[in-house]
Amino acid sequence: MTASTGPTGRARIEARTLRTDRWWLSPLLTAAGLTAFVVYGLVRTFANAHYWVPQYNYLAPFYSPCLSEVCVEGSAHFGRWFPDLGWLITPPLFVLPFVLGFRFTCYYYRKAYYRSFWLSPPACAVAEPHSKYTGERRFPLVMQNLHRYFFYAAIPVASVLTYDAVIAFKGADGGVGIGLGTLIMLVNVALIWAYTLSCHSCRHIVGGKLTHFSRHPVRYRLWTLVSKLNGKHMQLAWASLISVGLTDLYVALVASGVLTDLRLFN
Amino acid sequence: MSYKANFRIWRGDDEGGELADFVVEVNEGEVVLDIIHRLQATQAPDLAVRWNCKAGKCGSCSAEINGRPRLLCMTRMSTFTEDETITVTPLRTFPVIRDLVTDVSYNYVKAREVPSFKPPEGLKPGEYRMQQVDVERSQEFRKCIECFLCQNTCHVVRDHDENKESFSGPRFLMRISELEMHPLDTEDRVETAQADHGLGFCNITKCCTDVCPEHIQITDNALIPLKERVADRRYDPMQHLFRRIRKQ
Amino acid sequence: MSEIERHAYDVVVIGAGGAGLRAAIEAREQGKRVAIVCKSLFGKAHTVMAEGGIAAAMGNVNSRDNWQVHFRDTMRGGKFLNNWRMAELHAREAPDRVWELETYGALFDRTKDGRISQRNFGGHEYPRLAHVGDRTGLELIRSLQQQIVSLQQQDFRDSGDYEARIRVFAECTVTELLKDDGAIAGAFGYWRETGRFVLFEAPAVVLATGGVGKSFKVTSNSWEYTGDGHALALRAGASLINMEFIQFHPTGMVWPPSVKGILVTESVRGDGGVLRNSEGRRFMFDYIPEVFKDKYADNEAEADRWYTDPDSNRRPPELLPRDEVARAINSEVKAGRGTPHGGVFLDVSTRLPAEEIRRRLPSMHHQFKELADVDITAEPMEVGPTCHYVMGGVEVEPDTAQSRVPGLFAAGEVAGGMHGSNRLGGNSLSDLLVFGRRAGLGAASYVDGLSARPAISQSDVDSAAQWAQAPFNAAEGGEVENPYTVHTELQQSMNDLVGIIRKGGEIEQALENLEQLKIRARNAAVEGHRQFNPGWHLAIDLRNMILVSECVARAALLRTESRGGHTRDDYPGMDPLWRKQVLRCEADGDGIAVTSLPQPEMRSDLLDLFEREELQKYYTDSELAGHGELP
Ligand SMILES: Cc1cc2nc3c(=O)[nH]c(=O)nc-3n(C[C@H](O)[C@H](O)[C@H](O)COP(=O)(O)OP(=O)(O)OC[C@H]3O[C@@H](n4cnc5c(N)ncnc54)[C@H](O)[C@@H]3O)c2cc1C
Ligand code: SF4
Ligand code: SF4
Ligand code: FES
Ligand code: FES
Repeated sequence: MTASTGPTGRARIEARTLRTDRWWLSPLLTAAGLTAFVVYGLVRTFANAHYWVPQYNYLAPFYSPCLSEVCVEGSAHFGRWFPDLGWLITPPLFVLPFVLGFRFTCYYYRKAYYRSFWLSPPACAVAEPHSKYTGERRFPLVMQNLHRYFFYAAIPVASVLTYDAVIAFKGADGGVGIGLGTLIMLVNVALIWAYTLSCHSCRHIVGGKLTHFSRHPVRYRLWTLVSKLNGKHMQLAWASLISVGLTDLYVALVASGVLTDLRLFN
Repeated sequence: MSYKANFRIWRGDDEGGELADFVVEVNEGEVVLDIIHRLQATQAPDLAVRWNCKAGKCGSCSAEINGRPRLLCMTRMSTFTEDETITVTPLRTFPVIRDLVTDVSYNYVKAREVPSFKPPEGLKPGEYRMQQVDVERSQEFRKCIECFLCQNTCHVVRDHDENKESFSGPRFLMRISELEMHPLDTEDRVETAQADHGLGFCNITKCCTDVCPEHIQITDNALIPLKERVADRRYDPMQHLFRRIRKQ
Repeated sequence: MSEIERHAYDVVVIGAGGAGLRAAIEAREQGKRVAIVCKSLFGKAHTVMAEGGIAAAMGNVNSRDNWQVHFRDTMRGGKFLNNWRMAELHAREAPDRVWELETYGALFDRTKDGRISQRNFGGHEYPRLAHVGDRTGLELIRSLQQQIVSLQQQDFRDSGDYEARIRVFAECTVTELLKDDGAIAGAFGYWRETGRFVLFEAPAVVLATGGVGKSFKVTSNSWEYTGDGHALALRAGASLINMEFIQFHPTGMVWPPSVKGILVTESVRGDGGVLRNSEGRRFMFDYIPEVFKDKYADNEAEADRWYTDPDSNRRPPELLPRDEVARAINSEVKAGRGTPHGGVFLDVSTRLPAEEIRRRLPSMHHQFKELADVDITAEPMEVGPTCHYVMGGVEVEPDTAQSRVPGLFAAGEVAGGMHGSNRLGGNSLSDLLVFGRRAGLGAASYVDGLSARPAISQSDVDSAAQWAQAPFNAAEGGEVENPYTVHTELQQSMNDLVGIIRKGGEIEQALENLEQLKIRARNAAVEGHRQFNPGWHLAIDLRNMILVSECVARAALLRTESRGGHTRDDYPGMDPLWRKQVLRCEADGDGIAVTSLPQPEMRSDLLDLFEREELQKYYTDSELAGHGELP
């Protein structure tokens, strides 16, 4: 630990931190949450089953959009762009890089995993274990600066999920209907949008980059709105992450027949 | 309603030091700085501490209380239990002078390296016109009382003294943001923010924001927007193209 | 005596508050090499605490405002004891000084059309205070600090050295001014960090050391306010005037005890806050003095209308000058109508929406929340008077800010005369800029006019060093005193006996106490070594505080009337004969001698700015003969 000793003239305090609170709790929970999500995601991705409920048009978000030859009947709303490439290359793998990339380069998630996985730092005023630190100045981390491109890509993805939610208003008889699944998908897509629009890059693009708000009243309004959402970016990041997982799980359970969808109307 | 509290205060200088134990009276409504003053008046007249306003306005009394960087004058004793031992240590990131006083000159050196406000040519004093909405973002940053708690907490220099050379710290990266968002400033600091002030070191882990006694949203409102501006300039190929086309 | 660190400069500015920094900028712009010396870190001077705003008649909010109106308000506020020339310069130049700050990068709150917004304040006829929320002092000091950095960057480009022409000596205390043949030759001090001595050789010194409030128990002032500049000036042979006038700000926090005295900005009232006693009565209506009857509303309805329609209504009495409000609160509490903790209620929660309060008074909201657990958007604050500002200070030449000692200049709170017997809120920050600049200019041209640089004699340096070191040797003299105890007793004595309401007998008692304290301070001994030793620092400051307190007490005893920041219970009225007199303090042995001077007469075009009826309240009839009579 270079922090407390050596020729720097600092007060010689050996303890790595003198914090008396449970500072390790928050990085631990973060790490647990993220790990759980990744494990669930892997399982689902390679399971390659139970993602489409034709009766009510429920498509699991992990499989949306489904763009491969192997997608089950009725689930490929936007065409089959990719051929069957074997059992290892499941449909989510074509979309996942964008979705995960968006989250991976997200300013909030960066904070979360730098702290909880890389321990840099584990918590404020707690010394990190590395002897060198260069931040986001070099490859590969300098690539984090491309986050905005993932933001651009996230918009069509959210749009597709919106489409999914709309067509999920399908009743058993083929007409309009609402089930618990529809509502879950609706909430999920709302959270996804809120998360996407609360993005820091979005905030910058809609107005943050301007020096004179007063000359761009419309963009200022937009910036104000996005800023409000942006203040809750962390909460939205978690809420949307959990909602994607739960939505996916719900659809999977219904599709596999473990649960029957609770129908509210038709 | 007074009671005796247990304090451990770091005493020493750059040659060494240790935590010294004190038992001291605490009265209702007091802050940690009051206790330090009581120690000076009764038990340790030469206990060194820096302070001025005792109202959270000057940013002099920064130290670490139970390991957390805080203002001594704004930490109420009522936030601790009566049987808790309260540990007070000097800021870790800066060289210690004596007891709770550290040498914060790093910050003044960095302050001097940020290119100053450059007023628009041809505007005389009294002719400046700015809209409230245009000054508000920079005004938030100008609330800074220069307590340097953020500078002290930022792991980039706290845990890596060698980075001090090339990293100006959240306070002064925020100063760059402030000037970049100033409606009448005419200097361009986007390049230098990354190249000379080390914006790229920041991994947006937000400890600066956590400790800021003025509750300035340093990371969200200053550092990330600055990173985005740097991305526009340096890393975004589309923006490059746009600028090219515009120029022609 | 060991080798002492020496520096040579053209101008040494003591103090890095608004006045000192503005003086330094000016002297540097005039081509001089400047040192700025200050007791705390750069950017932490007391100016940083100023909240409400900076008064300048820019007329941005009400276009009827102009320097003449500002001048009139200032004279009225000071009960016509102000040095009229200073008040005139101040009112005329303040707008330029504020606009100049914008060229340094300051960001004031704006009006709709993009100008600097201005707010109402006690004693100012129109909205006049340029402000940034309630942290105007911070903005002011930061802008000046950043301008200094900007000049240093210029010097760096020219010479490769940031400190070629301005250097800041932070955490360095000046303990003595040195002279050569009656004129300033330099300053002597010590580094707080190491305790080592340092000598500045300079033909011109600008004092900008601020005030004296730390001699009082309940005060809004910080530890720096030990009257160093006042004492340095006295010991160098300069004179102080108006020292009996101490401003007690009406609204300081009263609870919890450890924050007692911390300021509650006047903007709370300017923005609509009202004062109530424990019976819920807006008592200020009962305290409108005769001289202000036609300017202040006598009923709540009219007072409330004023906030939206100031042109056809009179202003609420909460916005009377500070001395009036402070006395009123004092009386209410004495009469048993105070709050549980001995103050009165200041309420803005029922007057403005919570959102608005948070926007306009963010640091007050924060301060009460953090320090007293009070949410000012939901409940009233408890407030009471607190020692805030000293009107008295170094007697200076108004146009150049030069004291009676050649080469010694003074600006800001340490200078006297500008505010008369009572300062209006917001007039200090503008004072700092106007006279800070003038002092810098004055010092530069004084240096230009010299044919030879003064020399410092070694014996003066030695005795200055001896004096500074005395507390370490005090223990040898027998009886040993703890400087902290002596300080506490001084504060208690000044607070109780020469405080907001004074009586002849009590002041005499205070003077007796001061004699005792003077002896005890000499025996104040400190332990340890010179490196960052607060006990030693206090022991040195203590001697200044006692000297300055003696000025306050002696002048207060002589002035047998009540005016502005000086209220004598035994002489409750204002006496026109006293308006003509200014009390001047000078060092006399190790004590103080006070003499009376005639007040310079106001230029007649300025006198003509006032109605005769108003002047009659302050002037004797014979003085007014020939002024303003009907043709
Ligand atoms: C809480 C509060 C709120 C206020 N609000 C307002 C307001 O809203 N509007 C307004 O106009 N006024 C206001 N005032 C008054 C105003 O802030 C002060 O009068 C003013 O800032 C004084 O400035 P200055 O430049 O004279 O000195 P300061 O800013 O006090 O600076 C004094 C400097 O001198 C240095 N110094 C002192 N002694 C020595 C020594 N021996 N050696 C070396 N250096 C020394 C100090 O370190 C410091 O740098 C307020 C005051 C207080 C306390
Ligand atoms: S957000 Fe950046 S500047 Fe702030 S503490 Fe973290 S690394 Fe340092
Ligand atoms: S930004 Fe906040 S924490 Fe950092 S120096 Fe300023 S006030 Fe202190
Ligand atoms: S999605 Fe989190 S910052 Fe862009
Ligand atoms: S003493 Fe000024 S911030 Fe604590």
